[in-house]
Amino acid sequence: MNISADWIRALEGGALIGVSASLMLGFNGRVMGISGIVGGLLKPVAGDIAWRVLFVAGLLLGGLIAMAVSPGAFSSGAAPLGVVLLAGLLVGFGTRVGNGCTSGHGVCGISRLSPRSAAATVTFIGAGALTVLVTGGATR
Amino acid sequence: MSAAASSRAQGAVALVSGVLFGAGLALAGMTRPEKVIGFLSFSRAWDPSLIFVMASAIVVHATAWRLIKGRASPLLGGRFMVPTRRDLDARLLVGAAIFGVGWGLGGFCPGPGIASLVTSAPSVMLFVVAMLAGSYAAARAEPVIERALARGRGDAPPR
Repeated sequence: MNISADWIRALEGGALIGVSASLMLGFNGRVMGISGIVGGLLKPVAGDIAWRVLFVAGLLLGGLIAMAVSPGAFSSGAAPLGVVLLAGLLVGFGTRVGNGCTSGHGVCGISRLSPRSAAATVTFIGAGALTVLVTGGATR
Repeated sequence: MSAAASSRAQGAVALVSGVLFGAGLALAGMTRPEKVIGFLSFSRAWDPSLIFVMASAIVVHATAWRLIKGRASPLLGGRFMVPTRRDLDARLLVGAAIFGVGWGLGGFCPGPGIASLVTSAPSVMLFVVAMLAGSYAAARAEPVIERALARGRGDAPPR
């Protein structure tokens, strides 16, 4: 794949993510943190459900549109199912304990110059890089 | 605007925001775990493009935040639900580290994992179900986690 084309898509995709986060914050007053939005559905509070469901529905719809336009935008990875299971458990557990993931801390929090989000982002990227170093990227 | 109309409008914004988020993640390459692992693999053929994703999203959102933050309330009413804490604590960093290990193992963070359900690949479904289970378990284990963190701080265990 052409490196510079890849980078341009990265910039464009990032801009869409930024617009999405800005709509949520400006109109709804909400942080677009996907782990928090979904987490709120696991312990639902009356009157605080519909917008979360609609956001997730939109996320899936956006995925469907992307797949229709460019099927190569998705892959399911090469990790064995046991590793996928462990990865999912750790991602779900860690984002709940640490109050956020790549979107809530990495994009929204850093944009607001939150020291907590900056520290969380450095920590999860560091832990991810260390994990890849230890596993040798075997799951790639 | 009536409360019901405001709630409908907020739902519409959430839907549109979700669509843009999902399309953006896919366009940016976040829905390809091998690309994410390539980004986390600083030691060799490093793929820096996810830096561009984050930088671009942050420039857009930080600009919007400058325009938004002076307002008393969001455009559709209600109030801003934005975290204001600035202090670091073990809970935040331990949680982020656990998340990072899972991210490095599977190459999926929550948003791209959910968006990738549209491929109906069994491994993606497994990832998302496990992620929900992990999140639910953390919520249920809240008292245990708090006690462990208190012990780590050297506090007396709460009775």
